[in-house]
Amino acid sequence: MSKTEDKLRANHAAGKPSLIGYFPIGYPTLEASVEAAVAMCENGVDVLELGVPYSDPVMDGPVIQEATQTALEAGFKLRQTFDAVREVAARTEVPVLVMTYWNPVVQYGVERFATDLEKAGGAGLITPDLIPDEAAEWIETAERHGLDRVFLAAPTSTPERYKRASDESKGFVYAVSTMGITGARQELDANARKVVAGVRKASDQALTCVGIGISTPEQVAEVNTYADGAIVGSAFVRAYQENGLPGLIAKVKELSGRV
Amino acid sequence: MTSLREQSGPYFGEFGGRFVPESLIGALDQLEAVYSAAKADPSFREELAELHRTYTGRPSIITEAKRFSELTGSAASGDVRIFLKREDLNHTGSHKINNVLGQALLAKRMGKKRIIAETGAGQHGVASATAAALFGLECVVYMGEVDTERQALNVARMRLMGAEVIPVKTGSRTLKDAINEALRDWVANVDDTHYLLGTVAGPHPFPTMVRDFHSVIGTEARAQMLDEFGFLPTALAACVGGGSNAIGLFHAFLDDEDVQIYGFEAAGDGMDTNRHAATLNYGRPGVLHGAKSYMLQDEDGQTIESHSISAGLDYPGVGPEHAWLKDLGRAKYWGISDAEAMEALRQLSQTEGIIPAIETAHALAGALKLAKVLKPGDSILVNLSGRGDKDMETAARYFGLIGGN
Repeated sequence: MSKTEDKLRANHAAGKPSLIGYFPIGYPTLEASVEAAVAMCENGVDVLELGVPYSDPVMDGPVIQEATQTALEAGFKLRQTFDAVREVAARTEVPVLVMTYWNPVVQYGVERFATDLEKAGGAGLITPDLIPDEAAEWIETAERHGLDRVFLAAPTSTPERYKRASDESKGFVYAVSTMGITGARQELDANARKVVAGVRKASDQALTCVGIGISTPEQVAEVNTYADGAIVGSAFVRAYQENGLPGLIAKVKELSGRV
Repeated sequence: MTSLREQSGPYFGEFGGRFVPESLIGALDQLEAVYSAAKADPSFREELAELHRTYTGRPSIITEAKRFSELTGSAASGDVRIFLKREDLNHTGSHKINNVLGQALLAKRMGKKRIIAETGAGQHGVASATAAALFGLECVVYMGEVDTERQALNVARMRLMGAEVIPVKTGSRTLKDAINEALRDWVANVDDTHYLLGTVAGPHPFPTMVRDFHSVIGTEARAQMLDEFGFLPTALAACVGGGSNAIGLFHAFLDDEDVQIYGFEAAGDGMDTNRHAATLNYGRPGVLHGAKSYMLQDEDGQTIESHSISAGLDYPGVGPEHAWLKDLGRAKYWGISDAEAMEALRQLSQTEGIIPAIETAHALAGALKLAKVLKPGDSILVNLSGRGDKDMETAARYFGLIGGN
C-alpha cells in the first residue's frame, strides 16, 4: 500500500481537500530548504514534493528554474536529496515524494536511488520526463522497494495512454492541467477536468491530482471538487522568494484553507 | 553483417527513445505517423526532390581538393586524395536546408502554421527562417545569448526573412539552453506549432527523420564518387556536434564495409583540457533532450557546459545513432582542437579558395590527421557542410585580419 494514497483517501473520506506542495531541495541552501519543507508540512500540505535541481529542467517555468539554478550554483549535490528527505521524513508524518528529471536517477543508479530513498523514508518519485513506455526498470524497482511512482497524464494523451498512466502509477496520476510548463496562471484550464475524466474512465482505482498553473485558494478548492488533490509549486516558491519563510507559511495556510 | 542502414528508431541499440514530458507524446506520435505516410507517398518525395532541384540547388557537386591534398603527403610518397562534398553551395550555405525543407513540408501536412527552431551557429535558424518565408509560416528561433553575439550576422539574416529570434539567457546561454527553451515553447503550443529540430538528437522520431532528410548527402556522394572517379573513398570525414551532417554523409556508406568512417568532435582548448565538446570521447551514456545517448555530465548527471570556438559544435550531447555507431566500432570519433580547426580553415581558404565554416574546418583538420595513417593514393571524402561567411568576424579576429597593414 502507499502512504500517499492512504493520505489522499483519508482526506477524501473526511471530506477534506488535499494539497500537494513542491519545494526545491538546496534552495536557497540545503538547511533552509529543509526548514521550508517542514514548515509546509506543519502548516497544511498533505503530501510534499521535494524537487531535485537539474541543469536542463524542460518542464519548469521561470520561477522554479531560477530557484533550482540558484541551488545548483550554491553547490547542490544529488546525495543531499536523501539528507533532505531523511530530515523532513523524521520531523513530519507527511508523505515525501521526490520530483526529479530522469538522468540524475540513471547516473546514480536506479536500484541505488530506490534503496537510498527507501532508507531515507521517502515515499516515491514523480518523474516529469519519464513516460511509462521507457520506465520498465523503474517500475520493477519501485515495486520491490514499495515506492510510489507518479507518471503524468496530459490533455493530449489518448485513452490508451490514460490507461497506461493509471495502470503504472502508484500514489497518484499527475494530471497536467494545461498545455504548458509550471508557473502560476490566472485561470485554470478546463483541460484539467478532461484529463481527470480521462484517467477516471481508464481506471476506477487510480487517484488523480492536478498540477501546473494553480496559485489561488479558489483553484485549490475547485480542483478538489473533481480530483483527488491540487499540486502547487511555483506559487510557493514565489511566496518564499518574496517574503521568506513567513511568506511561504502564509501561502500554505491560505491555499490549504487554514487561514 | 546485417544491414546497418536499415536501422531506424526509436532505438539504436540502447540509445534513443523518448524521454520527454507526456504533453509531447501526442505531437511526437502525430509527427511519426505523418512522416511515415509521407515517406511512403511518391508525391511527397517528388515534391521534396523538386524543391531541392529548383530551390536548394541539389545535387551538390564534389570538388577534388588537389592543392589541399598536397598537405597530406610528400613528393616522394604521394598524397592522400581529398574530395569535398559541397554542401556549402546549397541555398543558405549549409546542409541544414535538407532537413528544414522536409520538415516544413510535414508541418504543412499537419496543418501547423507556426514553426519553432533552436540554433547554435545560426545555420539551422537561417534555414528554418528561409523555409518559413518560402511556405508562409510563422517562425520563432531560440538562440543562446552567447551565440547571438558570436553569430550576429546570422541573427540579422533570420530577422530580415521575418523570423523572430529570441536570445536565450538561461543556463550556459548556448545551444543546449536554446533546445530547452524550444521544448518549453513546444509543450505550451503543441496544437499549432511544429518543433523543427535541427539535428539528429531529441526524442523519436527526430533522430531517424532528420537523418533520412540528410541522407541525400551520402546517397548523392556515393553515386558521384562511383560515376566521376570510379571508386568509393577509403574514408569519410565529417564534423560532429549533434551529428546531422555527419550522419547524412555516413548513412549511405554504413554497409560498405571497406569504407572507413570518421567523425570529428570539437576538442575546444584541447583533449587534455576540460574545455571541449568531445561528447563521444569524454562523455558517458545518459538522458538529455529527450533521448538516451552519450553526453557531457558530472557524476550527478548534471549536464556540463561544452566549449568550442564553433557555435555549431558547442553542444554537450550527440545523436543516438552516433552513440550506437561508436559502440559498434563502425565509426570512429576523434577530437579536433580550436587551433587545429582554425589552421585547417586557413589552409583550405589558401589552397582551394574555399572558406569553410568553422564547424566544417574540424572535419578538414580531421582529414589531414587521418591522412597520416592512410596510404598514398587512398582517398578521403569530406563533408564540406557549410561555408564560412558567417564566421568571418571570428576568423578576422583570430587571424588579425582587420586594420593595421
